Amino acid sequence: MSANILSLDRTNIGALYRKELKAYFNSPIAYVVMSVFLLIVGWFFASDLFLVGQATLRTFFEVARLILVFFIPAITMRLLAEERQSGSLQLLVTYPITDIEIVVAKWLGAMTLIGITLVFTFIYWLTLILFGNPDEGAIFGGYLGLLLMGAAGSALGLYASSISQNQVIAFVISFTVLFALFMLGNLLMFLPSWIAPVLEYLSLGYHLENLSRGVLDTRDLIYFLSFTVLGLALAAERLAARSE
Amino acid sequence: MIRVQNLTKRYNGTVAVDDISFEVERGEVVGFLGPNGAGKTTTMKIITCYMPPTSGDVTIDDRSVLSDSLPIRRSLGYLPEDSPLYTFMPVLEYLEFVAEMRGLEPDLKGRRIRDMIEVCGLGEVLGKDVSELSRGYRQRVGLAQALIHDPDLIILDEPTSGLDPNQIVEIRSLIREFGKEKTLILSTHILPEVTATCDRVIIINRGRIVADGPPDELGGRLEGRQKVRIGFSPEGFDRAAAEAALPAVAGVTGVTATGREHGLECLTLETAQNADPRLEIFRLAAEKNWPLAELHLEGSTLEDVFRQLTIGEDAAPAQDRAPEGGKE
Repeated sequence: MSANILSLDRTNIGALYRKELKAYFNSPIAYVVMSVFLLIVGWFFASDLFLVGQATLRTFFEVARLILVFFIPAITMRLLAEERQSGSLQLLVTYPITDIEIVVAKWLGAMTLIGITLVFTFIYWLTLILFGNPDEGAIFGGYLGLLLMGAAGSALGLYASSISQNQVIAFVISFTVLFALFMLGNLLMFLPSWIAPVLEYLSLGYHLENLSRGVLDTRDLIYFLSFTVLGLALAAERLAARSE
Repeated sequence: MIRVQNLTKRYNGTVAVDDISFEVERGEVVGFLGPNGAGKTTTMKIITCYMPPTSGDVTIDDRSVLSDSLPIRRSLGYLPEDSPLYTFMPVLEYLEFVAEMRGLEPDLKGRRIRDMIEVCGLGEVLGKDVSELSRGYRQRVGLAQALIHDPDLIILDEPTSGLDPNQIVEIRSLIREFGKEKTLILSTHILPEVTATCDRVIIINRGRIVADGPPDELGGRLEGRQKVRIGFSPEGFDRAAAEAALPAVAGVTGVTATGREHGLECLTLETAQNADPRLEIFRLAAEKNWPLAELHLEGSTLEDVFRQLTIGEDAAPAQDRAPEGGKE
C-alpha cells in the first residue's frame, strides 16, 4: 500500500480530477448543493449578527458542521456508485490508472467542491471584520475544522459509494456513520467513565470543538488524517475487488 | 500474442467460463461467437484486466494479467458492451479526457484526436454532449476512445448491437479497417458479423469453446454439406421422371421432394462435399425440356454450424436448417 501511495501518477490523477469537476459543474449537483449550504448557513449568520448583535462566527461554524453532515454524503454518493451503475467503471479501471489513483482523484474532486463552497462563506467573515473585531485564531481553527471534516467525510463517503451501485444506499451509509460520529460527543455523559475517553477520541464533534478554540493539537490532526487515509484505503481496496 | 490458459471464472456458484484455452497471433482478427450468456463478455473482462479469473491465466506478450496489468492496459484498447461512455461531456472534451488518461503528450494528443475525428467521422458532433448522440455516433465515439492511443490489441464487446442496418455497415467497415494492422478480438451473437469481419471464429457455448477456425472452414465441417434447391413450373413437369433422372447427375447424393412453394414444384438435392452439380442439372433440364424456374446452391452456413454446436448439446443434432437468408 505505501509503495502505491508513493508512486501515484499525477498525470492520471489530474485527468480524472478534471473529469470529476466537470461532472459536478456540468450538472446541477454542484450549484444546488452549494446554494442550499450558503442559504442555510447565511440565514443563521445574519440572524446572529443583526438580532443578537455579536461579531462572532461561532454559530456559523456550528451550523456549517451540521450541514456538512448532509452535504458530504450528497456530493460523494455518486463518485463510484454511478460509475458502477452506468458501466463506465469498466472503461475507467481498464485505463492505465491504479485503483488508489482513481480514489485520490475523486476525493480531490469532492474536496475542491467543499473548498469552493467554503471560500464563498468568506463573505460572512469579511462582513464581520467591517462590523467588529473577530477572534482570528478561532476563525482559522473553525475553517480548518470544516476542511478536515470535509476531508475525512469525503473519504468515508467515497468508501460508502464503493460498496454499492445504488447511490441512495451510499448516501444512507455515509450519512449514518458521519451523523453518529458527529453526535457521539453528546452521549458521553450517559456512558461509563472507562469507555468515555475512547468514544471521545472517536467523536467528530470533540475534535472540531478543539480546533474551533483556535488551538492546533497534533492529536486532532492525527485523528482527521488517519480517518481520511483509512477511508481512501478501504475505498481503493473495495474498488479492486470487483466481481461483476 | 495472447495466450489464454485454462481460464475459469465462477460467480456465486455459476460457472461463466469453464476451463478455456486458446491463443491469438499478432494481426489476427478473431470473432467470439456464442449465445447470450455464453461467457464472451467475461472472457473479455479478464483479458482487459477488469477482473481476475477464478483460476487459469491470460498472458499478453508474455505478461500476465494477474501480475503485470498496467503495461497490458497501456497497450490495449477496449470497448465494453453498450459503450458506457461519460454522457455529460461534449464529444471533444471526452476524447481529450481519454487522451489524457492514456498519457498522450500534448502534441501527440492533438494529432491523435484529429486522426480519430477523421477516421471515426465525428466532425459534425464534436460540440454535442455524448448523451445527445444517436447509438451509431455513440458507438463511433466508443471506437475512437478505444483507438486513440494506437493500441496493439483492440477488444470490442458486441460492437454492433443495437445499431440499425446502415450503422452496422459503417461500424463493420471501420472494424475491417483497423483489423488490417491490429490484433482485434470482437464478440457477437450475430453470425454474418463474423463472416463479414473476422479471419477466425471461436464459438463459445456455456463457458466452453465448441469450435475454432476460419469461418468458411467451419461452414464446411457440418454433416450434410451442401444442398441444391430446384424449382420447376408445374405445367409440363414430370415429377416422377425428374426424381428418377436427378440422382444420376454427378455429385448428387440424394433427392427429396419438398412440395409446392411459390407456385413451383420444388426438390432439394443433397450433394457430396464441395460438389456443385448446378450446371449439370441445368443441362439435364434443358435436354428433357423441363420448365426449370429456380436453381440455388445452399452452402452449409455458419448458422447451421452454430445451431448444431450450441443447440445440439441439449437435443439430438438438429435436422431443421434455418431457411435461406435466415434470421440473424
